[in-house]
Amino acid sequence: MAGGELNTWWDWGIWLLLTLAASAAVVFGLLIIIAFLLLMDRKVWAAVQLRRGPNVVGPFGLLQSFADLIKFALKEPLIPAGADKGVFLLAPLATATFALAAWAVIPLSEDGWGKWVISDLNVGILYLLAISSLGVYGIIMGGWASNSKYPFMGSLRSAAQMVSYEVSIGLVIITVLLLVGSLNMTDIVNAQKLGLGTRAGLPASMFDWHWLVLFPMFVVFFISALAETNRPPFDLPEAESELVAGFMVEYSSTPYLLFMLGEYVAITTMCALTTILFLGGWLPPLAVAPFTWVPGIFWFILKCTLVFFMFAMVKAMVPRYRYDQLMRLGWKVFLPLSLVMVVLVASVLHFGGLAP
Amino acid sequence: MVIIAKNPVHAVLFLILAFFNAAGLFILLGAEFLAMLLIVVYVGAVAVLFLFVVMMLDVDFAELKAGFIKNAPVGLLVGGTVLIELALLFLSRGFGLGLAKAPGAAMPGAGSGISNTAALGQILYTKYAFFFQGAGLILLVAMIGAIVLTLRQREGVKRQSISAQNARNPATAVEIVKVPSGGAVIPAVASATAIKSRL
Repeated sequence: MAGGELNTWWDWGIWLLLTLAASAAVVFGLLIIIAFLLLMDRKVWAAVQLRRGPNVVGPFGLLQSFADLIKFALKEPLIPAGADKGVFLLAPLATATFALAAWAVIPLSEDGWGKWVISDLNVGILYLLAISSLGVYGIIMGGWASNSKYPFMGSLRSAAQMVSYEVSIGLVIITVLLLVGSLNMTDIVNAQKLGLGTRAGLPASMFDWHWLVLFPMFVVFFISALAETNRPPFDLPEAESELVAGFMVEYSSTPYLLFMLGEYVAITTMCALTTILFLGGWLPPLAVAPFTWVPGIFWFILKCTLVFFMFAMVKAMVPRYRYDQLMRLGWKVFLPLSLVMVVLVASVLHFGGLAP
Repeated sequence: MVIIAKNPVHAVLFLILAFFNAAGLFILLGAEFLAMLLIVVYVGAVAVLFLFVVMMLDVDFAELKAGFIKNAPVGLLVGGTVLIELALLFLSRGFGLGLAKAPGAAMPGAGSGISNTAALGQILYTKYAFFFQGAGLILLVAMIGAIVLTLRQREGVKRQSISAQNARNPATAVEIVKVPSGGAVIPAVASATAIKSRL
């Protein structure tokens, strides 16, 4: 986006306007998509349980999320008397802001016009890791500032959980980076144009993407992403049966909406990250005529939706983990597995002479 | 703000803000990799643990404050020394304006087409490989030390063995008891005799 030299105020102004416009476009697009993803989540959940799900507002309940939005925004925000007011209100803002900030580096497509990304950072994936590790602060601050037992327990659980699974996510990302040789998100996708399939003599297709070469890592990443975003079966921070609603107990109205929004934006970020790292981003599943006519953004959104569908199915089907089992899975299963894979992938690349 | 905030949790939050600003300074210097690393490591992990400890500890801060006046001269001495050193450094280098005019000039490899992640890796894993591994070893020792200090084995703690649970099958888990016809089985007596027979 920021091409060329920025010498005069005029150049700066245009650059600033363009960046602002791109950011606004991404945020609005994202919010509208999330409104429908929320509905899809509930519909899938309902379908698994043989219910209908939301079907009253609008045709097939399509406007349900917008009705929810209006309801949240019009209610009275309650602040408990014992709460630390400043931190209490800062927490949901921090969650939503950090979650949205992650989208600055996610490339949606690349075509004749250039890269569809707000900021094409050299260290894009590290930025994403950093921002996603900041999401935990909103939760800790919210839980502490509520000055109440359940939110505090919920936030402690959540913080420990997110810090633990960050480790395995980081190691999985390292294995992918070993194959790519760059921290840039666009390079990661472009590296998947050549892979296992093309080495076997096939045309560029979905078999080139990293999900096949690094299948165990793909599974580990998917499960860690579930844990990182506090999705079921790892939604212990807000386990209704034990902690009422975890760190969100004392929140209502717009602050609650912001928490909810931050959570779903983080989920879409993880879907996009899975798509970029393992599912070839905007690359078509088979690089032949009818598929290559379709714009890349379409494939990107389709893949993200597919990953989100898997998230929703897991939510509907898998029972909730117990907390010590969760920690065991993170530290005793995923961490050694991904460490071994890092060493294995590095050795194969080094001794096979395949290193980029 | 970190040291004058009354509430320790607010102080930690301001510390996190300070880390952020440090990361911002790194970005202005052109060291994007270091900036991201600072956020991932310090803000993402270390500060979370700080926050944990401060939230869980119930320290009496009035007592801590009582020593403030007594220790003030020492603090002023140390602080004043650092301030004078910084002032001398800045005055001799013209407030570092030379650096600010050319951001990125301080980084090796800047402008030569090589990203500073690669530059850092090349120097860290060749020239300073032993120091790097030495630092890693020190951290490992610290980690093992912390674990040794806190790990304790207690008698009579019930633990869950996941592999033993998964290895259970009907043959080992269920006992089928033949009840004689007409004879009532009193649960307490039956279980007591069963336990005795197992012993």
